[in-house]
Amino acid sequence: MPSLLFYLLALITLGFGFMVVTGRNPVTCALSLAASFVGLAALFLSLDAYFIATIQILVYAGAVMVLFLFIIMLLDIKAEEGKKLNLPAIVSGVLLAVLLTLQIFAVVSGTGLAGKSPENTPLALTEAAGKIGKAALPTITNDLKAGTLPDAKLIGFTLFDQYGFHLQVVGLLLLVGTIGVVVLSKRERSAP
Amino acid sequence: MITLGHYLVVSGMLFALGLAGVIARRNIIIVYMCLEMMLSAANLALVGFSRFHLVHGLPDYTAQSLVFFTITVAAAEVAVGLAIIVALFRSKQSVDVESVTKLQG
Repeated sequence: MPSLLFYLLALITLGFGFMVVTGRNPVTCALSLAASFVGLAALFLSLDAYFIATIQILVYAGAVMVLFLFIIMLLDIKAEEGKKLNLPAIVSGVLLAVLLTLQIFAVVSGTGLAGKSPENTPLALTEAAGKIGKAALPTITNDLKAGTLPDAKLIGFTLFDQYGFHLQVVGLLLLVGTIGVVVLSKRERSAP
Repeated sequence: MITLGHYLVVSGMLFALGLAGVIARRNIIIVYMCLEMMLSAANLALVGFSRFHLVHGLPDYTAQSLVFFTITVAAAEVAVGLAIIVALFRSKQSVDVESVTKLQG
């Protein structure tokens, strides 16, 4: 991937992320967050993670953002105008964020991680078709032989082959979450 | 040349932005948005490591399965969290974190 594109996408992601943190109007913040997530999905695409990028757009930029906007408009939250800023919290927040960034920068540049790039670690699709062998489904090996990355099929295979139990636990979590939301939003009957 | 380090730094900066927002902002809904940003930053690091740790010449799909689970849990968390915010707004008529100090001694 051209480096210019990477920097553009990183700028979109971080710039709109900055607008979420600094915006005064909740609706602006929510829309900036959606834009930031779209930039992040594009970064996922640049890492050959097509399925994750799709899920990111569908779940985050779609469902989660609609939920946020719905709640903001339902509660009719006004922009915080004229309120004085919470200075100690802002100073400590910025300080912590800068420290964390410097620390991550030091760790990343100090280890051998920085050397790996898509150019020197290319995907070997046709060789992979022979290596993953009988464990994979024929549809996966056929796609690999044709030179395309069957991203969603491989994730699905991994999920259902190795993490079937975990998938059911997550399904149960979603059920419990749904019931919890219904219980929480039910208006309590006023005491007589 | 773009390397794994670049992706990790972007992920770290996004996480730090979210952390600053969680600490500095007072609107609970925006604090929640910043939490979502931090979760996504972790996802970016995971996908980066997945791409550059090749197994048989393919990305490591164990990491991407973990991202799938993280996104699912984050979606459930948002639903429950926003229901809590609605319940809170009903009793306090405000979404300011400083209006919720009942547990303070």
